Amino acid sequence: MAEFLQFVFSGLTVGAIYALVALGFTLIYNASRVVNFAQGEFVMIGGVATAVLHTAGLPLLVAAAGAVAIAGLAGFLLHQFAIKPARDASIAALIIITMGASLLLRGLTQLVVDKQIHSIPAFSGEATIEVLGATLQPQTLWVIGGSIVVLAMLQFLLNRTLVGQALQAVAANPLAARLVGIKVSAMLALAFVISAVIGGVGGVLVTPITLTRYDVGTVLALKGFSAAMVGGMGSPLGAVIGGLFVGLLESFGAGYVSSTYKDAVAVIAMLVVLMVAPRGLIGHRSAERV
Amino acid sequence: MKKQVRYAIAAALVAATSIAITPAQAEIRIGAIFSVTGPAAFLGEPERRTVELYVDRINTAGGVNGEKIKLIAYDDGADANKARLLAQRLIDDDKVVAIIGSTLTGPSLAIGSVASEAKIPVMALGGGVPIAEPVKPWVFKVGHTDRMICQKIFGELQARKLTKIGLVAGTDAFGNSMRNECLKQAKTHDITIVVDERHGPQDSDITPQLTNVRSAAGLQAVVHTGFGETATIFARNYRQLGITVPLYESAGVAAPNYIKLTGAAAEGVRLPAPAVLVYDQLAKDDSQYKVVTDYAKAYQAKYNEPASQFGGFAYDALHMLVMTYQKNKTTDPAKTRETLEAIGPYVGVTGTFNFSAKDHLGLDLSSFRMVEVSGGSFRLKN
Repeated sequence: MAEFLQFVFSGLTVGAIYALVALGFTLIYNASRVVNFAQGEFVMIGGVATAVLHTAGLPLLVAAAGAVAIAGLAGFLLHQFAIKPARDASIAALIIITMGASLLLRGLTQLVVDKQIHSIPAFSGEATIEVLGATLQPQTLWVIGGSIVVLAMLQFLLNRTLVGQALQAVAANPLAARLVGIKVSAMLALAFVISAVIGGVGGVLVTPITLTRYDVGTVLALKGFSAAMVGGMGSPLGAVIGGLFVGLLESFGAGYVSSTYKDAVAVIAMLVVLMVAPRGLIGHRSAERV
Repeated sequence: MKKQVRYAIAAALVAATSIAITPAQAEIRIGAIFSVTGPAAFLGEPERRTVELYVDRINTAGGVNGEKIKLIAYDDGADANKARLLAQRLIDDDKVVAIIGSTLTGPSLAIGSVASEAKIPVMALGGGVPIAEPVKPWVFKVGHTDRMICQKIFGELQARKLTKIGLVAGTDAFGNSMRNECLKQAKTHDITIVVDERHGPQDSDITPQLTNVRSAAGLQAVVHTGFGETATIFARNYRQLGITVPLYESAGVAAPNYIKLTGAAAEGVRLPAPAVLVYDQLAKDDSQYKVVTDYAKAYQAKYNEPASQFGGFAYDALHMLVMTYQKNKTTDPAKTRETLEAIGPYVGVTGTFNFSAKDHLGLDLSSFRMVEVSGGSFRLKN
């Protein structure tokens, strides 16, 4: 029983990290149908910048706020200088642009900061929480809490506000959106900034567990992308459920099946899910909104 | 008349080129390839810096046999194909008499095959045993191997009568290679591996694997192929699960940054480490005392960061070459190769080298020191 619970805790820890990364994909996808492969770099910037500013002597909270602002600025610049000039390009071309942007951000961090591993202290200390013989790092609760807060805010933004409706309208039909008076370019810029901020917040929350370095974005983006696909791309709730699902799969795979084939277990399970439900666990049932 | 002018110009050109060439022959051209960018950048950077620092020092002190060393250094970005091309360029265009490099095993093997064909000696810095086994006449390996890490750890485990161990290895190249060596060495050291687990090189939580390790019957110690951020996560998860048996890490964590990142969870971790990591704790009569202390201080003074074992490999590669040139009074590659095979004992930063025709590794286990993390720093155990 203690073993089972430990695997669950591990799955939740890893899953919450994936969920937080996956949440960053949803807004840009909802506004443009583009999967932003620089999302992992926003997470990296959040972590690395916090570590650097904190080491330089700023209090953790100020350093974190600064790092999130830097991530948001990176998102804005990415839109202004890479996405906006190519706004008439196909979605595939835009996705490739985001891949290029991720390389650029990684290279810049390597030059401006360094190639070393960085860490920041856990928010509530390192003393582990024990439940029925299984243990949990307190930071995990911060990550899970962060995912829930971001999820709630995204749900509210997308479904209950005019801005959220406008974002979805831009994705559904840019021309029609423009005709009814929505500033398409401003909406997209907003989506990039908010996504980058979500990534930055995620970076701040997960770094005490995962540590960070200029090149961690790739793996995080890949795992977050799988989580988002499994949950249903574009749905904030799907991102969280997908993240936890992938995390638990990896944990049970490593614990009960074989740690050598842990990643294979997770990938196979994801393939099965996508074959049974191609739109993900919480995917939109209707393909087109009319 | 016109013809005479042409001849004159031609003659002048020939004279000019021969003047330009002559000084170039009065220098020792040594090639170097390191992985200064890419995933091994944190290893390749101190290697390049060390060689640059000491080539400068040697030249300032008058060079070797009155000739200055000309260092031609390239970056392979941890790519074996690139390393092969660069080695070809060093030999064909730069006309070097020896090559130092590269940082990783793959690129080192690639350079070795190119240089062997051209009969140019290579001082390889990669960690893998295949670089020097079987022996390739023109390739010398400078540095520790993962086999030595396993031997050193298992030697101490035997002495402490801890023979039932858990082995946890990363699925990266270093983890795979060290795991294979440890599995082989376990047999000859009477070590029983009661649990054998793996983790990904970028996993953020290793508690499921460690839960299985914890519940293994008769567990007396754990050996981990630690490297990079997973070594820190591993130690934290180890303490989180309350595992109390001794934890042995690989030499891959032998850097101050490991303790800084891991904090209290690193306390009590033991690992085989190079002398340079604990240079300030070496006994004054230690054979490596002088060379290690001098190097550590010089590097720290020049670059304002602590010296590493990897820089030490590069230091030894350069100095062994210089030593043979001084002995031979020539840089003839064939003579260099012969002298290198009889160089022992050369006491360097890495350890005491004794190359021979049958052994191009030349290091024994005394080059590793067992250290323990205690009170936030590495303490020498033996």
